[in-house]
This record gives sequence, structure tokens and C-alpha cells, in this order.
Amino acid sequence: MTIAPADRAAWYPAAPSSAVTEGHATPTVLLGEGVALFRTDGVAAATGADRRALAVTERYDHVWVCPGTPDRALFAIPEAAMPGRRAVPCGSIHVRCSPLRAVENFLDIAHFPFIHTGILGEEPHTEVNRYDVRIDDDLDEVWARNITFHQPQASVSAEGALDVRYEYRVPAPTTAILYKTCPARPAEWDVIAIFVQPVSEETCIAHPWMTMFDDATPHADMVAFQQTIFLQDRSILENQIPARLPLDPGMEVPTQADLTSIAYRRWLKRRGHAHGAQLVAA
Amino acid sequence: MTPVLHDWVLDAGCYRVRLLASLLGADLDLRSVDVHPGDALRSEAFLLLNPAGTLPVMEVDGSVLTDGPACLTWLAATHDAGWLGDPSPGGRAALQHWLGVSHELAATLGAARPMDMLGASGDPRPLRLAGRGHLRRLDAALARGRWDGRAFLLGDRPTIADVACFPDVALAGDCGMSLDPYPSIRLWMRAVRGLPGFVPMPGIHPLHEASPFPEDARGSGADAARGTAA
Repeated sequence: MTIAPADRAAWYPAAPSSAVTEGHATPTVLLGEGVALFRTDGVAAATGADRRALAVTERYDHVWVCPGTPDRALFAIPEAAMPGRRAVPCGSIHVRCSPLRAVENFLDIAHFPFIHTGILGEEPHTEVNRYDVRIDDDLDEVWARNITFHQPQASVSAEGALDVRYEYRVPAPTTAILYKTCPARPAEWDVIAIFVQPVSEETCIAHPWMTMFDDATPHADMVAFQQTIFLQDRSILENQIPARLPLDPGMEVPTQADLTSIAYRRWLKRRGHAHGAQLVAA
Repeated sequence: MTPVLHDWVLDAGCYRVRLLASLLGADLDLRSVDVHPGDALRSEAFLLLNPAGTLPVMEVDGSVLTDGPACLTWLAATHDAGWLGDPSPGGRAALQHWLGVSHELAATLGAARPMDMLGASGDPRPLRLAGRGHLRRLDAALARGRWDGRAFLLGDRPTIADVACFPDVALAGDCGMSLDPYPSIRLWMRAVRGLPGFVPMPGIHPLHEASPFPEDARGSGADAARGTAA
């Protein structure tokens, strides 16, 4: 299979840092190609199928690999360095879906009351208010702002239902970051990201990760909360048709609530990202 | 004393216990265990609690139960022994049969699931194949029961046999097994999901179909209005 140049130039998560240890190789797959991950004197490294050394960077508790020549540095999450926050890697979930479908699902709000019932949404509070979406040309990222949604249990630490503010950001083709009201510190954002490892065009590994202000909640409860949400999505993701994300606007009829998804698809098309996408309507 | 359940939200065995407690209206004190990615089942603290390093673990009245059906038996015996089925020799034997099957389901479909879902080491293919045999036999047994008017494994009321077998069957999709070929299993799952007090888990969705349709709500309102008029 040939891989588009733009796909090769992007950064992808290849493993949680904790899975890459000294003294032995950790095998994994990226864009259908075998990759071996190593750690020597604390520094992570990777080789491709032909033993070629690949560009590697390690941040946000994960090892990131670029299978070709990176056209930019790995995106920054400045909040990660703020004192007082806790970083919580939430595991690695294998999903039989396009990596782009996993990102798109993460960007969708309208499904909350139906799939994450009683947690991120509940009937009859199903309306997604008008919000702002744009492709930021300077950053080359997708941003959605001014989203408000009624959530019965916005996070482990939320006491009762809240009208939660949201912002979404797509800084790389298979990464999405969500900023939402922090119940403990309403002036700050809780940051929840999904780092999606593209294994093949129709399979991926999602590595949810978050950094929040929360001194009270046990670590295992924070992990369980995020795993609950993501595993509620998994069976839905595995049944979406077509399996690859359609980038041709002829395929589907979007609604107002799908603005972020539409911007994401346009942005992928503009970047020339093809892996996991359906480029021409079937 | 409220039983303490050492719990992982994605574990089918823990879900059995949470589900039965909810069906019985029994309280549980849940303690999350960071099984993935934290690997807490191999921690010294957990191994002191259960040397087998497995979930579920239920602490109750000074003893530690480390077997799913044992936890279910304890909860049913302390809250509503009707969930243990008919106490005749035949009823007791049938209950033991299905609790045994629930262990087989956990050892096949249940064991394949973390391999497919979390990349746990092992080959899920032989486990899926063995699991398929269990699904076929379960579907046949449920079909025979249905011809005799029984919706559940041991009769016309649910027992811990249903609660023990339900999770690994309902989660078969997580390890790539379709339940489409098993109509009796799907009817049985619908019956279990329709029980008062049913709770879902990630991968097992609540029964939206059981919610009243808006037309029905209007209809009952109209009926009430007619009742008032009469």
C-alpha cells in the first residue's frame, strides 16, 4: 500500500511511555507498517520495517513517531506544564474503525445524551447550541469554541448537573483535544485528549489522556471514568458505515451540530491526509 | 456491613456483581482497581487480598470472595433467595450447571476480550472458536426453554444463572463475535435488559426500546383525562 506524503510527514502516537522500557524492543504498527520502539539511557527511539531510524519525540506520557520527514514539531499542549495539574494516561484501547472515525466521534457532542446517558448528557437536554468553528490558518489546526452543553456528571469531581463549556482543538490528523470547564476551578480548563494510533486504515489504538486540577479523586476512579466513556463509544465506532471517513461532501447530509466534523474533514482534505479516509464517494 | 466490591468498570465479572446488586436493590461499596493501564492486579497490595490476582473480589463479613458466582450466591442468599432458583434437587443441579457454563464463557469469550480490546497477550482465535460452541449450546437451550414458556435459563423468572452468563455473552461483540446467528440469545438478552433495576456497562447498552414512546405517554395522559371525566 502506498502512503500519501502528507500522511508520512505527520506525528502519531506509537505507545504509552510506560510500555517502552530499557533492554528490549516493543513492536507496534503504524500506517500498516511494523515499527520497533526502544529505550536507551532513558531516551526513546524507533525503527521502521527496514530498520531505518524514525523521528521520535516523547511527550504527554506517550512516544510519538513520524514515519517520514516531519514537516513541523509535535504540537504543544501548554496546559500540561502548569503546576498543580495531574496527568492521567487512561490506557490503550484497540478499535476496529478508521483512526479518523475515532477522532471525529471525539469531536461530536450530539451523541452524548444517547450514548453517554446520565454522564455527559441526558434527554431531553439534547440541543447543541450554535457554536464557532474555524480552521486556524496560522496554526494549521481546527478549533471549535463557545460550546455549552448540559451534563449530569461532567467529571468524577462534578457535584450534580452542570452547564459545561467546551472547546475542541485538532492539532494533528489523529489527535483531538477537548477543553472543558474544570468543576474544581471554574476559571481553568480540564484538558482531555485522544491520541489515536493509526494501525491500518480501518483499525486503530486510542490512547486517551488527560491533565486536570483534581487533588481529591483516586487515580483509579479517574481512569475508570474515562474508560467508561470511551468504551461506550467503541461498539458504536465499530459499526459505522462506511468504515473509512468520507471526505467527499456528496456522501452525507450534515446538520448544524456537525460543524466541527465538517471542518475536520475539510482540513484533512486540504492537508492531503488520505490514510483512513474515503476520498471519492462510493 | 455493606459488601466491598473491588471493581473495574470494564471487567465482565465485576459487572455481574454490580448488576445483581442493582437488581436486588443491594448496596455495594465500590473500590476502583486500576487494572489497565496500571496493572494493579499484580501489585503486592492486591495479591495480598487475592493471591490469584483476579477480579471480582468481594469483602463481606470478614471473608474475601474471589469467585464471581460465589459473590452472586452470597448476594442472593442474603437478599432474595428466589434468585437461587428452585431448591429441588433438579433446580439446584440446573443452577450449578449454568454457573459452570458461566465459568466456561469467561474462560473463552471473556478471555478473548482483553486481547482484542486492550492488546493483552495471547491468541484470541481459538478462544473465539470455543466460545462459539458455548453460544450455540446456550442458544439451543434457551430455544427449548422458550418453547416450554420459559424466558430465562431456569424458568420463567431470572436467577443468578442468567446474571452469571449474561455479561460475557452480551459483550461478545467486543471480541469480534456477532450475536446475529443466535435469535434465542438475543431474546433472552432483551429479557435481562428489561428487568427492573437493570444497569448497563460500557459495551452493553440500556434498553431504549423499553422507554415509553411519546405517543404512549400522550395516550396514557388522554386515558387519565377520560378517567377524570368519567
